[in-house]
Amino acid sequence: MVFDKAQAKKALASAFPHTIPVLTGFLFLGTAYGILMHTKGYGVVWSVLMSAVCFCGSMQFAAIPLLTTAFNPLQAFLLSFLVNARHLFYGISMLEKYKGLGKLRGLLILLLCDETFSICHSINPPEGVNRKYFLFWLSILNYLYWVFGTFLGGVAGNFIAFDTNGLEFVLTALFTVLFLEQVKVKENWIPGIIGIGASVISLVAFGADSLVIPAMAIILVALSLFKAAEPGRNKNRRNTE
Amino acid sequence: MHLSAAQTMATILAVAAGAVLTRALPFLAFPEKREIPPFVSYLGRMLPPAMMGLLVVYCFKDVNVTAMPFGLPELISVLVIILLHKWKNNVLLSIAGGTAVFMILKQTVFV
Repeated sequence: MVFDKAQAKKALASAFPHTIPVLTGFLFLGTAYGILMHTKGYGVVWSVLMSAVCFCGSMQFAAIPLLTTAFNPLQAFLLSFLVNARHLFYGISMLEKYKGLGKLRGLLILLLCDETFSICHSINPPEGVNRKYFLFWLSILNYLYWVFGTFLGGVAGNFIAFDTNGLEFVLTALFTVLFLEQVKVKENWIPGIIGIGASVISLVAFGADSLVIPAMAIILVALSLFKAAEPGRNKNRRNTE
Repeated sequence: MHLSAAQTMATILAVAAGAVLTRALPFLAFPEKREIPPFVSYLGRMLPPAMMGLLVVYCFKDVNVTAMPFGLPELISVLVIILLHKWKNNVLLSIAGGTAVFMILKQTVFV
């Protein structure tokens, strides 16, 4: 891809507003992470390093006990794979969308997270804006917010005066709105209901701390069953004939 | 600090490796030039709404509905988001409005 400065600027201008909720949420959570690491004896260099290299919010919080108990990198690897397993489903969802992006593809894959997946999948660039640059900015901005938030928490955590109680809700709001955007399309109603239902069942059955993996399994089974019973199947077959 | 610097570094890299693997695996399994099997492309279409549903539920996983305030701040805020989104259909406005309502409820009503 030949770098086109004007195009890149234009894409940044149209991508940035979509990242504002993530900016708010990540500065807040990143700061909380930096402060927490600080209280565990890890200075700003360590917390920023962790955020920059791993970039996996919830797992980074989960990894704090790993740093303060016996050294066990294999356990750290396996736990990280399980806690981050939802990325597998994001990847499957983005296979089509991340086609034809050349070298950029690898970077976008490495920067996938809950928020970037949700936005990159739900928001299309406006007409006249280069898709590659648009996806690039959405991904890199969200990443930088997280790293910068961690940095803030590491250095200035004690000086924040604004009452941020409740601010963490911004990410909940983001996912709620993007879910509403998804179910605007009628074809998405069934998978949307499956996602909510599977997660609620999993939450009740397995508890708040281990709901993700069972929920993913239930979603997979339910989607497979739905495909097997799909009423539109015959219609599709007719179309291909 | 409890681990040595080298051990901490190794732990960070192990966590990163686990995360990178979950991100890269689908793309390694189905490279750009290979045709995506129909079932996988079906999943690619169906998973986004399902996973966003999961993320929403995940955000509410620690809400206690059996004790005060019974998840009321969360419920009210989500209703505000839904109504605001129906009304104005503006992603950022709905997010900002819902968050503002939640913060006000948390800081003033359900302290």
